[in-house]
Amino acid sequence: MSAVASTVLTLVLFATYLGIGALAHDSHFSLGWALGSTLLVWAGPAQIILISTLGSAATAVQAAIAMKVSAIRLFPMVVSVLPLMKTPKTRRRHLVLATHFIAVTLWVECYRLLPKVPRERRIAFTHGLGCGLVTVCLVATTLGYGLAANLRSLFAAAILLLTPLAFLLSTARNCKEISDVLALVLGLALFPVVSRLHTGVDILISGVTAGTIAYGVHWWRERAGA
Amino acid sequence: MSEFFGSPHALLVLVLAGFLPNEIWRMAGLWFGAGIDEGSEVLVWVRAVATAILAGVIAQILVQPPGALADVPDWLRYGAVAAGFAVFMLTQRSIFAGVVCGEIVLLAGKWWVG
Repeated sequence: MSAVASTVLTLVLFATYLGIGALAHDSHFSLGWALGSTLLVWAGPAQIILISTLGSAATAVQAAIAMKVSAIRLFPMVVSVLPLMKTPKTRRRHLVLATHFIAVTLWVECYRLLPKVPRERRIAFTHGLGCGLVTVCLVATTLGYGLAANLRSLFAAAILLLTPLAFLLSTARNCKEISDVLALVLGLALFPVVSRLHTGVDILISGVTAGTIAYGVHWWRERAGA
Repeated sequence: MSEFFGSPHALLVLVLAGFLPNEIWRMAGLWFGAGIDEGSEVLVWVRAVATAILAGVIAQILVQPPGALADVPDWLRYGAVAAGFAVFMLTQRSIFAGVVCGEIVLLAGKWWVG
């Protein structure tokens, strides 16, 4: 639990979910719906997309398609972080709840914190961290929903900027190898280029391309060094 | 209770359009990732792709901003993030300092522009 309190990202999440609560209120969703989306979807940018596409009278099918594309990022995150948690005795079903909690913040924090935790306690640690963060965000969603009418557009913009700012800095802090740095820089640079194609899966194309180039450089350097 | 949750239709949409698309990818990751070894070379690639996709999400929010962020001029959005990143590097990678500085630049800039 102290890990929940100690991270700056908890503050950022709190403010972000204030914003999501306010956005849900302004888009005429019920409070229960907003809380349900925090609990079930548990991914800030996805909730912002969901609320704004549904609020703008797009059909549920369109929203689901937009969501499906943005959600693909969770796949490599889960794949890359789970091996840190498991022991030889771990069964897949032990990891289901931990898997649900994985979103950007938990992914970043697992890389930072899990190496300090004894391996057999890492799943329990992730459960604690996940529950703590979800609770914080449920409170923030409720507060934001109540405060919506008083939230001026200046502060709404500031809250929306928190997501990219915090994602960028927390990912940058965790960059240890050249492949991580390159993936981050290339990923940022490639998206604006690829988005001109309007493929609908722009993020996927730029992400896989940039990630593969970054890995290629890593592989090449390893070989040159060996 | 019905007032708290709103219409059943909206909740159904939440599950179909919000919960399922995200959860499917998480569970696919669980199914796929549980068998991979921690030191595996594949993981370096998967992590690079995850990082790059996240970078794409960051870029998307900045280039195609949602809601109230769209009212902020382009140069101010990029400037605020650049300032936040510069302070982050100068303070030995303090996320707190970087986030606070980026937000101050945005708020001050927006106030100044009007």
